[in-house]
Amino acid sequence: MGFDGAKESFPGRIKDVTIGATAEQGGTRGKRVVVGGSNGLPFHKWESEMPHVPAVAMDVVDTERMVPDVLHGTLGALAKEPVEWARKCQEWGADMLVLKLASANPEEENRPVEACEALVKEVLKSVQLPLLVYGCGSEEKDAKLMEAVSNAGRGERLFLGLAEEKAYKSITAAAMANGHGVVAFSNLDINLAKQINILLLDFGMKPENILMDPLMAPLGMGLEYSYSVIERLRTGALVGDPVLQVPIICDCSCAWTVPEVLEEAPQKGPQLQRGVHWESITAEAAMVAGADIVILRHPETVAKVKAATAELRGGA
Amino acid sequence: MPTAMEIYKLLPKKNCGECKFPTCLAFAMQLANLKVALEACPYVSPEAKAALEESGAPPVRLVTFGAGESAAKTGDETQLFRHDKTFYHPTVLGLVLDCAQGLDKVRAGLDDVKGLVFERVGQQVRVDAVAVKQSVASADVFAEAAEAACSQALPVVLMSEDAKAMAGAAAKCKSRPLLYKATPANIDAMVEVAKSSGCPLVIGGAPNLDELGHLAEKAKKAGVQDIVLEPAASTAAELLQNMTTIRRAAIRKKHRPLGYPTIAVLGRSQSDQLRGALGVMKYSSIVLMDDLPREFVYPLMALRQNIFTDPQVPIQVKPGLYTVGEPTEKSPVMFTTNFSLTYFTVRADIEKSKMPAWLLVVDTEGQSVMTAFAAGKLTPESVAKAIETEKVKEKSKRNEIVIPGMVSRMSGKLNELTEMKVTVGSRESSGIPKMMRTLSQ
Ligand code: B12
Ligand code: SF4
Repeated sequence: MGFDGAKESFPGRIKDVTIGATAEQGGTRGKRVVVGGSNGLPFHKWESEMPHVPAVAMDVVDTERMVPDVLHGTLGALAKEPVEWARKCQEWGADMLVLKLASANPEEENRPVEACEALVKEVLKSVQLPLLVYGCGSEEKDAKLMEAVSNAGRGERLFLGLAEEKAYKSITAAAMANGHGVVAFSNLDINLAKQINILLLDFGMKPENILMDPLMAPLGMGLEYSYSVIERLRTGALVGDPVLQVPIICDCSCAWTVPEVLEEAPQKGPQLQRGVHWESITAEAAMVAGADIVILRHPETVAKVKAATAELRGGA
Repeated sequence: MPTAMEIYKLLPKKNCGECKFPTCLAFAMQLANLKVALEACPYVSPEAKAALEESGAPPVRLVTFGAGESAAKTGDETQLFRHDKTFYHPTVLGLVLDCAQGLDKVRAGLDDVKGLVFERVGQQVRVDAVAVKQSVASADVFAEAAEAACSQALPVVLMSEDAKAMAGAAAKCKSRPLLYKATPANIDAMVEVAKSSGCPLVIGGAPNLDELGHLAEKAKKAGVQDIVLEPAASTAAELLQNMTTIRRAAIRKKHRPLGYPTIAVLGRSQSDQLRGALGVMKYSSIVLMDDLPREFVYPLMALRQNIFTDPQVPIQVKPGLYTVGEPTEKSPVMFTTNFSLTYFTVRADIEKSKMPAWLLVVDTEGQSVMTAFAAGKLTPESVAKAIETEKVKEKSKRNEIVIPGMVSRMSGKLNELTEMKVTVGSRESSGIPKMMRTLSQ
């Protein structure tokens, strides 16, 4: 009985999606980042093409409220200075930035739209990386916020988030007005992930302007659900469902909300290092399942994840 | 299982009816459906019997090492993706102890491993094996270290490529250690050691998977059934490719020479750590490492638990009224869901308050608070019903229930249904200790 190495190939291919625009395309970013493009399972280089390794994004949150105590040693004063924080991320080796405008939330700081818009402009001026901008989750506020952000970033090919089934029109319209992309969010369910993409396409969004976020549950908090949903989304795309042939983005910074990271428990090892492992393993699971972009928070995780992707991709 | 036609080809074709079926074909059909046993036919040849057993064997052989309750089970997987059914046997994680460091260090290492036990969502998770490695130590030291390791309640891997030293070490062990390893250079001698000691054997050192399969076949022909494969895995890319190819060949092609569990032996660097995690996700039945710092082991074990849970059934606890400490009629009552992660998180936070309480665990089919609430499986009605059936009002006379902050929206209705005072607790259970102090005693 022979052994043929059991190679597999698929008819489908993930679309290339480009984030950011350099001067050549009318923006001011130092470089663009292309994600997607593969026609096989993640890192299956021996039987398929994977032209781009998963990109590493770092998040910057515009309120200290979202930065847990365990990270104060690392982020320290940066938690109050989003522009400085963003500059640091560039030094730390991030490929792109995700600016989360959580402080706009009317039930929290309720920062005015103009102030958020100014922050986006300042970040764009101070940092060369491609930028994604997320709203605060309040539908009404985000409608105005995203319109302002879209104008502030004209020409930069931002990606705006998050477009959800019940709230996608205003954010998508805002993105389309200036040639930006959107991040389509769904809740750990392949049918819902498909549904939001269909809604966006019907609304007139081009597929090369969509990234999908199927919700990354952190390690120990439902990671297995995300792992399987992402695997199924990716296989669905590869066997030929065009609606799913969109790069996947996974927010792994959620690792820093897990009680097992937020507790000091010496028998589980030093807290900060435990947290870095928690975030790295969450990210590795996301990438092995099919993520094209992982969003991270800790600089050490960035280094680890970059080393891991390089090794997984192998030489050549 | 083989098909009816495949079985039929191996039957005597006498159509004598002694099996109580009119023809051999009819009998073959019943066999394929597992309705009858092969023994019902008195005329099957021993060769046919062996062939049928072979083709009915699982695609990945189950290999056990160690003894008693702590024995490690590996292999017997049937899937490439956990969502297609489930992964059955969690990756066995082991620490390598090198005899070159001396016997005292090995003994200390054994104690360390026994201490690497944690409680997570109600399950005990632990480093479940040790590997004793000969490297430069003498055969005597190796044997002594093996004996020390095998006298613990832990599955052991013996690591040496010197068959003589291996035979000496295996002779000191009653607990069926896994022998690591046979290579093209020593396979004949190692196979003999495995046969005479009755221990399972790792086969590795082959330049490619084809060769690895040939070596496994050779060992099998020589009489060793329990085999573990070590494909080359010097980088993460190689590990992924080889482990995936082996699993696929075994499951999709039923390629027998590769139908065994696998092992990855890693070092202690950061890149080894990420390869360890990769091994857990991608088909390594056993992962051995040189160093297992707690801050890494704990998340790695969380990953192992996550990947190896049954996708159809969340880990859950029995609904009911639980006590935390020794609550009295004056102690507060709170409710949560029967998703293990939720229950154990909440319970730990109540314990931190050092005050007794009643914890009502409502049946949500193993879903978390928000998931169950969003899915309509956690409603004021279901909570009221649990209060009723668990006779909560008799246990605590406070006539008050504390509810999770995330479901504050149900307070009005719950108050209406139960006539209890409804107190909205913190959103995260980490706020419980603070909240407990403010609850009037
Ligand atoms: C994993 C997960 C799932 C898994 C289920 C896991 C499970 N067994 O429950 C799956 C994939 C099946 C799932 C499905 C759905 N999910 Co879901 N899911 C999650 C996720 C990622 C994690 C949930 C979790 O495990 N949390 C951890 C546990 C410990 O949290 P918890 O039970 O809430 O307990 C905490 C607190 O409530 C509090 N607490 C608990 N008890 C008590 C008691 C007292 C007294 C106090 C004071 C506090 C307290 O302390 C605990 C620790 O902080 C969350 C998002 C997130 N990151 O939280 C979404 C989430 C809960 N899901 C959500 C939704 C909408 C759904 C679906 C309806 C959507 C869908 N995909 O169809 C379905 C419903 C399922 C169905 N139809 O049967 C939403 C809920 C939105 C809302 N606000 O109502 C969330 C918040 C995601 C989101 N951001 O949109 N989900
Ligand atoms: S007893 Fe055996 S030989 Fe006779 S009919 Fe049954 S299967 Fe065929």
